[in-house]
Amino acid sequence: MDAYDKVTGRAKFTDDLCPKPCLEAKVLHSTIANGVVTAIDTSEAEKIEGVVGVWTCFDVPDIQFGTAGHPWSTRQSHQDIQDRKLLNARVRCYGDNIAAVVAEDTVAADRALRAIKVTYDEYPPCLDTESALHPGKTGELHQERPDNVIAHMDLRSKVRGERYQSIEQILDDPSLHHITQHSATPRQSQVHIESCTSWCKMENGRITCVTSTQIPHIVRRIIAQALGIGWGQVKVIKPYIGGGFGNKQDVLFEPLNAWLCMQVGGRPVRLELSREEVFFATRSRQPKTFDVEAAYDDHQNLVARHCVAYSNQGGYASHGNALVANSVNSFRQLYDMRELASRVEATTFYSNQITAGAMRAYGVPEGNWAAECLMGDIAYDQGWDGCDFRLNNAMTKGYVDEFWPGKLACYTDGLRECVRRGKADIGWDQKRAEYAHQEGPIRHGIGVALFSYKTAVAALSLETASARMILNQDGSVMMELGATEIGQGADTIFSQMAAQAIGIPTEWVHVVSTQNTDTSPYDSGAYASRQTYVSGTAVRMVGEELGEKIVAYAHEMRPDAGDLRLVDGRIVDAAGEQVLSLEEVAQESYYSLDHAQQLFAEDTAQVKSNTFALGCCFVDLTVDVPLCKVTLDRVVEYHDSGMIMNPRTAEQQVHGGIAQSLGMALSEELLTDPASGRILNPNLLDYKIPTAMDLPDLEAGFVETYDPTGPYGNKALGECPCIPAAPAVRDAILNATGVKFYEAPMTPQRLFEGFKREGLI
Amino acid sequence: MYDIEYLHQATSVDDAVAALAADPLAQVIAGGTDVLVKLRDGKGAPAHLVSIHGLAGELSGVTLLDDGCVRIGANTVFHSVTTSPVIQERIPVLGEACDTPGGPQLRIAGTIGGNLCNGVTSADSASTCMALGVLLDLVGPEGRRTVPIDEWYAGPGRTVRRRDELLVAIRVPRSHYEGFAGEYIKYGKRNALEIATMGCCCLVRLAEDHDTLADVRLAFGVAGPVPMRSHAAEDGVRGLSVAQAAERVGELALEDTRPRDSWRASKAFRQQLIKEMSRRALMSAARKGGATV
Repeated sequence: MDAYDKVTGRAKFTDDLCPKPCLEAKVLHSTIANGVVTAIDTSEAEKIEGVVGVWTCFDVPDIQFGTAGHPWSTRQSHQDIQDRKLLNARVRCYGDNIAAVVAEDTVAADRALRAIKVTYDEYPPCLDTESALHPGKTGELHQERPDNVIAHMDLRSKVRGERYQSIEQILDDPSLHHITQHSATPRQSQVHIESCTSWCKMENGRITCVTSTQIPHIVRRIIAQALGIGWGQVKVIKPYIGGGFGNKQDVLFEPLNAWLCMQVGGRPVRLELSREEVFFATRSRQPKTFDVEAAYDDHQNLVARHCVAYSNQGGYASHGNALVANSVNSFRQLYDMRELASRVEATTFYSNQITAGAMRAYGVPEGNWAAECLMGDIAYDQGWDGCDFRLNNAMTKGYVDEFWPGKLACYTDGLRECVRRGKADIGWDQKRAEYAHQEGPIRHGIGVALFSYKTAVAALSLETASARMILNQDGSVMMELGATEIGQGADTIFSQMAAQAIGIPTEWVHVVSTQNTDTSPYDSGAYASRQTYVSGTAVRMVGEELGEKIVAYAHEMRPDAGDLRLVDGRIVDAAGEQVLSLEEVAQESYYSLDHAQQLFAEDTAQVKSNTFALGCCFVDLTVDVPLCKVTLDRVVEYHDSGMIMNPRTAEQQVHGGIAQSLGMALSEELLTDPASGRILNPNLLDYKIPTAMDLPDLEAGFVETYDPTGPYGNKALGECPCIPAAPAVRDAILNATGVKFYEAPMTPQRLFEGFKREGLI
Repeated sequence: MYDIEYLHQATSVDDAVAALAADPLAQVIAGGTDVLVKLRDGKGAPAHLVSIHGLAGELSGVTLLDDGCVRIGANTVFHSVTTSPVIQERIPVLGEACDTPGGPQLRIAGTIGGNLCNGVTSADSASTCMALGVLLDLVGPEGRRTVPIDEWYAGPGRTVRRRDELLVAIRVPRSHYEGFAGEYIKYGKRNALEIATMGCCCLVRLAEDHDTLADVRLAFGVAGPVPMRSHAAEDGVRGLSVAQAAERVGELALEDTRPRDSWRASKAFRQQLIKEMSRRALMSAARKGGATV
């Protein structure tokens, strides 16, 4: 729907809509990671020409709020942790927000930032697991949680069968094979190309915030909560956005922007982050560690697995433990078919690292990394075929999660076909034979990884979506949703769904792409690969309702025509003959002198089901051992995401996801200076996303199944491709070199250390 | 917005030098791919700039002088060095090196002169210029002078160019390139938009047997605080066969180079790269020169 406007530059993004000139807001970030701001001298800054005002952590409302893009919960125990103010005197991470400037332009604002003098009481930073969990007096970052533990979970499965009483017995059984591993995943950054940007103004005593977000309705709530004003006092507008990848599933600087706007009498104020700030002052993937212990038998069966995960959340809770919970749950779920018991533990803790948050696939790539390091090593150690071993233990149709509230189950069986096709495409058997006995500096390797990913967040959390449709006079339909287009093609797919539900051509659906919380129906927004599944359910429901109303009205117009249906924009009788055009029905409904009735439908769908999407990735690569360099030769990925709504946009989503996963595999990580807590590489030169020169043609395929729980047999896809490529690369490097890597990304430096350790160089 | 307080658009080399001399805060800007990056970060703000951007004449283009010397105007952008027929015919390795910084957008804006004046060890054209032993022509208030590149670097990010001097040309005398074949290898963590983790340029001149190394030049970026030659490696392999030289050149290069630990790469890893890249650059240059190894 939006391709033409985006390609021609006609599509409007947040900054395009900002009235210029406007006032510019800039944030002063702390230059320490741990401590307290004792004083801020703004007198020099205020004298600078063009500066309108300077506000500090001592001026903001004494209100703590949470920022995670989760639906609100009316149960207090399920609410996100409320642990930050608009600006904070207690500095919890390097780059914490401690003051803000509003000026006539960004040059004046930048000059003012440089002129502000800050005095700190500085404490040593607690950056790693050890120091953060033994904080001492100065390491206590939030008085509500003196031990820095945000949450701890421990899930022990039932022990299946009669042979063992506990998982500990299995893990001690000398008749089984045993393996332990320590693996780690990096602080990856979302790297959306549009910065985090918003602008605010006041009208009629209310605040309007136009922002680049995935979650406009949640932004409205959190601005209101942070400022202590009524939710209805806030209007949030979300135009087209240039990517989010989870970073914009958090409420970042919108509340501060709104508050600053109120301080300057409601004049338009823009707050646009620099690329560097996007890296260090927003969110990133949580760095995590996994200690895994497993037992398996001689017949390629896992018997038990135990995983202990730690997640370094940084200064503020944001999404908190939900992320690592997803990691360990996915670890557990994918390969749970044969094992007799499993146990997963996860701890999320505060530290003086920068704040982590949501990123595409929300913890699952990390858990999958740990799960696949384990599967890869076992297959390698035993000489088993990696596909056979994985499939023997992998999720099949009928699997139901033991712990998840409601029913979280596997309803389709496309995974095996995915692996079959992937093997054929990449030439698995031939390549494995060809690469079996290599020597010398240049070596080739082939690898595989599987994944599972649940769809949306029901029934652990709320899943609700609303839609509104109005029949226009010409027979076309206006559709308005709370669900958001974030570049993933949601508007296109919702239009297709609505057209099918109503019975009209897709081109007749006019979707209102921009959300305005004053008028858009409620939807939590774009995350959790939820929208085609949950919002799609609402679209189908409302579309069918509108179709029925149209047919009922047509009956009024042609009471003798018998059974009528709306097919492809025409009212037809039982024989399929056109009785009325839809335009005729629409015109009459608007302008009838007997019964004028605008035809519209509006409703809410609450979804309580949940289903797994599955798939696999194959990687063929070349390792230049002396130069410690990996060249990707082929990447093939297959997905069972149920029915595919739009093959072309689906394929593009998979390409983008693979690229992000390959980034996690080989090059992407934000590095923290161990002395100061400062991010060392907050720019696009030193934070290495793969370029077109680094990627082969990415090959995406789909095994279409029909998922009975989805509105059109569909389920999650958007985040899935971000999961398996990284561990598949790891598996291929193992195949090529025999060297086992456990820490992503496998940078040249880490490859060097590994090859050196194993005597390859 | 950039914090630029004053901008003088120079109309000639003399005008630029006069403007630099008149304002003690003024600095030169050419392509802007280094100056603006720093300024965006607040470094040097508010800036006073003397722009030579787009200034033609003696600052621009590649020419072959009567004595066979190749002269490159300092304002020549990387892309123009790479595509220059003179460079492609006489010193292709320099064109190849100039094809490695950043991406296409940067290479059409960034200049070879700026790359050398920036003074950093990772500059992609620097190790090849080092191996070629280029001469740098400067114009200042006191007139003209020429500095050989091995006297050019004064420390990390510093050169002997005075603030009010303008680099106008880079010259490669005929004897410095004639008969030599060269290879520049840039090692980055990805294949584009990259700062070199290590840069290595090797020039070889083969004897008539197409195997004996009559002469060798080996230079590095990021192997120390400034771009550097490895005379130990050059002296150690001169006169050897290509195969013998390839065996020894890496270890010898370690004697002269001083890589350091940084968060971008460890010293040990950089040493591994020095060893391996020296060998590969030498082999590749020899092959280009006609060796069959």
